[in-house]
Amino acid sequence: MATNYVLEFEKPIAEIEKKIAELREYSISEDIEIQNEVERLEAKAQKLRQETYSKLTRWQRVQLARHPERPYTLDYISRMIDDFVELHGDRSFRDDPAIVSGIGKLDKMPVAIIGHQKGRDTKEKLRRNFAMPNPEGYRKALRVMNLAAHYGRPIICLLDTPGAYPGIGAEERGQAEAIARNLREMSHLPVPIIIVVIGEGASGGALGIGVGDRILMMENTWYSVISPEGCAAILYRDAANAPQAAEAMRVTPNDLLEMGVIDKIIEEPPGAAHNDYDQAAAIIKKAIKEEIESLQDIPPKILIKNRIEKFGKMGFWSE
Amino acid sequence: MEWFKRVKRGFATQVKKELPNGVWIKCDHCGEILYKKELDRNLNVCTKCDYHFRINSDGYISLLADKGTFKEFNSNIKSIDKLKFKDSKKYSDRLKDAMHKTGLSEAVRTGTCTTNKIPVVLTVMDFRFIGGSMGSVVGEKIARAADKSLETRVPLIIVSASGGARMQEAALSLMQMAKTSARLGMLEDAKVPYISILTHPTTGGVTASFSMLGDVILAEPGALIGFAGPRVIKQTIGQDLPDGFQRSEFLLEHGFVDAIIHRKDMKERIRQILTFFPIEDTATGK
Ligand SMILES: [Zn+2]
Repeated sequence: MATNYVLEFEKPIAEIEKKIAELREYSISEDIEIQNEVERLEAKAQKLRQETYSKLTRWQRVQLARHPERPYTLDYISRMIDDFVELHGDRSFRDDPAIVSGIGKLDKMPVAIIGHQKGRDTKEKLRRNFAMPNPEGYRKALRVMNLAAHYGRPIICLLDTPGAYPGIGAEERGQAEAIARNLREMSHLPVPIIIVVIGEGASGGALGIGVGDRILMMENTWYSVISPEGCAAILYRDAANAPQAAEAMRVTPNDLLEMGVIDKIIEEPPGAAHNDYDQAAAIIKKAIKEEIESLQDIPPKILIKNRIEKFGKMGFWSE
Repeated sequence: MEWFKRVKRGFATQVKKELPNGVWIKCDHCGEILYKKELDRNLNVCTKCDYHFRINSDGYISLLADKGTFKEFNSNIKSIDKLKFKDSKKYSDRLKDAMHKTGLSEAVRTGTCTTNKIPVVLTVMDFRFIGGSMGSVVGEKIARAADKSLETRVPLIIVSASGGARMQEAALSLMQMAKTSARLGMLEDAKVPYISILTHPTTGGVTASFSMLGDVILAEPGALIGFAGPRVIKQTIGQDLPDGFQRSEFLLEHGFVDAIIHRKDMKERIRQILTFFPIEDTATGK
């Protein structure tokens, strides 16, 4: 997939890709020399891609997680879920477009799927509130999760939010209560719950749909208690120190695997998920299926007990 | 008086407001100059305007536990700086300083006691310890307090005072929200009552987890209670916040706390509430 938006560290790769595209335009006559040159450049691009993406800094991963062309929840749903029907509204106040929830089939298996949803263009971004949910988003998510639990269907949650929305209405309608309730309720739902961080995992806004039996992170994502900018603004007195905060908080999938917070890292296609939506979706679909299959035969009581224990083990202390 | 003696130690947070000779204190709210001994006797509530001064964990233990019954547990659990976190100061140094300054091992204390002769597990946060923030240890101690309630089928009371999750433990802090909420889910399933008391301030990841999950949620008057901090909201929306925004009274009006209770009435209200629940005979002292 040709991308229009190039991050600073992606530029050398993008330049080679541009050259390849130019050469291809001239090579209609199947000039052997040009073909050789194209092959040489493709190999070079491939190598450079591998090098670049294998030694990304934490801040570069944050940038990739926010890449404006990165696939979002609905991009994955349309590629991996059949018969998808979106279910709107919290039955109490309104529908929150910052969270998408619905039912469908993962291959033939009926599942509920829920995710934060960013917008692609300005209008859509505003409508989706930049994937920053209000309380009704969390309440809608819980409603659909309860529906799934009621009928014994597994739940998939895709996390991608810069945080729960900090607004007056959000506070009036109980942002904290909505998130807290989800944490408690998700911890004892009697069906398998698979969590995948597909982009940004910021704070309680992400965790509010993030309690599950398996927690996976895609390779180029981040997850922490606050955004690097938020942390930098408070602890380093300036949001511009976000790269430093990202390092200090250790926000990448490798870090979280080491901390014992997540179970697995999902590899992305060469050049990150935004380079190949189809392949990215195929990879996470496979990973989710494997996890659901490994949990399917566990009796609900044991499943819940294991889930509570899983979170119980998180953290470090001495005694 | 037990209460008086204990509270005296807890005046560290008010130091700035004390007038030079330490005998008089200016009320944050109405500006009245108050005689310190009188204020202590009045549970650190302004005698003129009812402003509730912040008190520390000793204060709340004296307020709620029957005299001499509080037995602390898990005070040996201490934080470690797993991430080697450093901002203007090393996290490990921040911890040392907080311990030194407060004489506490962490931002929460857990124990068993009776309140009006009813056995409870009492958990009290202490804002003086890194802003009452929740890292691994706060999460773990609260989780174990819930376990204690569950094992002994004794009601759980948590007094919250916190700026939220502790940034220096990053994702580990965040996960304590899920840990504590999950354990409260076990109490819910087992029908063991949990009363949450919100004091000034209760914000961020603490509000968005155990604090908002009480069977009954009480608040002290005028406490700041919310998810996002007022400054962040103001910055995001680019306008001033309405008067009284995110205060206890605002939460009551919007339906997120059950009642606002004056400090002097808190213990009696808790008795009234606890005796509603079908607590086992051993627990009611019969
Ligand atoms: Zn006053």
